[in-house]
Amino acid sequence: MCQVEEEYREPPLAPAPPSVCKTCVKCKDASAAVVVRAGDPYCRTCFKDYFIHKFRAMLGKNRVIFPGEKVLLAVSGGPSSSSMLRQVQEGLSQNAHKKLRFSPGIVYIDEGGAVGRSLEERLRTASELQAVFRSTGFPFHMVPLEQVLDVPPSVLVPAASSQPAASVYKAAVDGFLQAAGGRRPGAAVQQQDAAGLDVLEAHTASLQQLMDSATSLTARQELLSSLRQHLLVHTARSHGYSKLMLGDSCSRSAVKLLAAVCLGRGAQLAQDTGFSDSRYGDVVSVRPMRDYSAKEIAFYNHMFGVPSVLSPSLTTKTSDKSSIQQLTESFITRLQADFPSTVSTIYRTSEKLQTAGGSSGGTAGTDTCLLCVCVLDTSVGNATAFRSTLVSQCLSDSRAVPSGPDPVSAKQSRPCGGQQCGTRTCSAEDRTPDLKALLCYSCQRTLRDLSSLDRLPHYILSEAQSRARRSQLREEIRDFLLDHHDDDEDDEGLHSPPDPSVVA
Amino acid sequence: MHTCNLGKYQFSIFGYRLIFLFFFNSRASELLFDGVKEHQVTLPGQSDPWDMKQLLVWIQRNLLKERPELFVQGESVRPGILVLINDADWELMGELDYQLQDQDCIVFISTLHGG
Ligand SMILES: [Zn+2]
Ligand SMILES: [Zn+2]
Repeated sequence: MCQVEEEYREPPLAPAPPSVCKTCVKCKDASAAVVVRAGDPYCRTCFKDYFIHKFRAMLGKNRVIFPGEKVLLAVSGGPSSSSMLRQVQEGLSQNAHKKLRFSPGIVYIDEGGAVGRSLEERLRTASELQAVFRSTGFPFHMVPLEQVLDVPPSVLVPAASSQPAASVYKAAVDGFLQAAGGRRPGAAVQQQDAAGLDVLEAHTASLQQLMDSATSLTARQELLSSLRQHLLVHTARSHGYSKLMLGDSCSRSAVKLLAAVCLGRGAQLAQDTGFSDSRYGDVVSVRPMRDYSAKEIAFYNHMFGVPSVLSPSLTTKTSDKSSIQQLTESFITRLQADFPSTVSTIYRTSEKLQTAGGSSGGTAGTDTCLLCVCVLDTSVGNATAFRSTLVSQCLSDSRAVPSGPDPVSAKQSRPCGGQQCGTRTCSAEDRTPDLKALLCYSCQRTLRDLSSLDRLPHYILSEAQSRARRSQLREEIRDFLLDHHDDDEDDEGLHSPPDPSVVA
Repeated sequence: MHTCNLGKYQFSIFGYRLIFLFFFNSRASELLFDGVKEHQVTLPGQSDPWDMKQLLVWIQRNLLKERPELFVQGESVRPGILVLINDADWELMGELDYQLQDQDCIVFISTLHGG
């Protein structure tokens, strides 16, 4: 795999004036069909080689997927994930030394119930996708988003990773080659859940209510993506997959990165958009499509007949400014059109964060956000931007300036000025545990935009309750514990129990 | 007189002559083109040859019933919509200045909201 890394270089910049019908820069023979990044024209054949090679190079360079490992491909039916599925098929059919050696499965999460599609429409989409999935011969799972209502609370808890160290990679590859002798790992065809979508009407209603309780599209999108993520992890865990392959393209990653900054997810950037994300510990997400622009994907799919299955999303038919994520997408798209190299610069930023952040090894044992399962970014000192934000938020809510050392614990709600504000705060605080302390800054903001926390799925509320109980217990016995770390601001590894006077 | 017969087009998966592909965002595309998925299109005759700039104006006037801003912006297509002329990137074909030939295959692919 190492020669792959060296072979592959971005083609040098060739600023050519637009002229009609150029020849391919690679083979210098055939006439070009597509202009890829930096303005290089490629012919059909060279473009295909370039595209397929890039996928293998991405996996080879990162060395996170082990031979024989079970990898779950999250396919939404959209262009990027459909293209990813095709790349895995291509990779498995290559000859020996170029071959991908993991064992793939497919999961499709049907979000139709959350975006108000009729069951009939959803079944039609599902059966189109089933036909595509069946033709790959990989096992596949058709999962309606409603099933997230039945996942166990443990999905929110990072599990210990069983991943061997990176140094074992080469040995594992060699061992696998000897043992398998080139046998195709994905060849065992077993099709599960092929009977279509298993949806209860009552579940669809609860899901719909939950989505409707979000008062902004921004919050609704964040909530939906959290639920989807939980269900993906649950599906992977319950079928023994240790990797989750996501189809985020370069353009998508850049949008996610900037949107994450806007949404106050700075601390989680690396994990949200990097190549690999081990926040769940035992199930590691990888994003092998993050080197491809949306344009490359669209061209590849069109030229080589990769089917996409259309399904409307939350933002279908909405304007550019209806949510932070939408606004960021249209910004990035314009940027891509006017300054093509800027977008890849943006997404490359997340690569650098990834290395510096050191997100490897999982987060087991530390306090993680109830919703996004990242390490909490809220246990910080008093002289930080986070505290200042909370203070000014408190002030602009036009409440009395809290006199205590902790403005956050003042029971405030968002400054909606509406009549339901008071009742919402009451009901939320009386019946459900105080979720704030269990959430990262960004997820706090998301839940602030929910009109009722009672609609949250049971697994979230019940995990919240048991965490609250645990921390209460810890608080009670606090005085009897040896105080072994005062420096909780500096030491990320040894997280102190959340101090309720800080993030209550 | 230059008449261009762009023949049938559709915007589901693969069409014949003029194809409008709107991946993923199917509802928006149905909205854009008035819910009609397949057309027989013949551009009216004019003294000069048709070019892409004129085609976009014509599409906007005759095919887009609602919210043309989802498709065109200024005199070109909205950023994020790719254009293929006979299966080649229109950046290689002179973009807006390309002169349409009879039986040309024009494909529009939206990359917005892909995932
Ligand atoms: Zn070539
Ligand atoms: Zn969070």
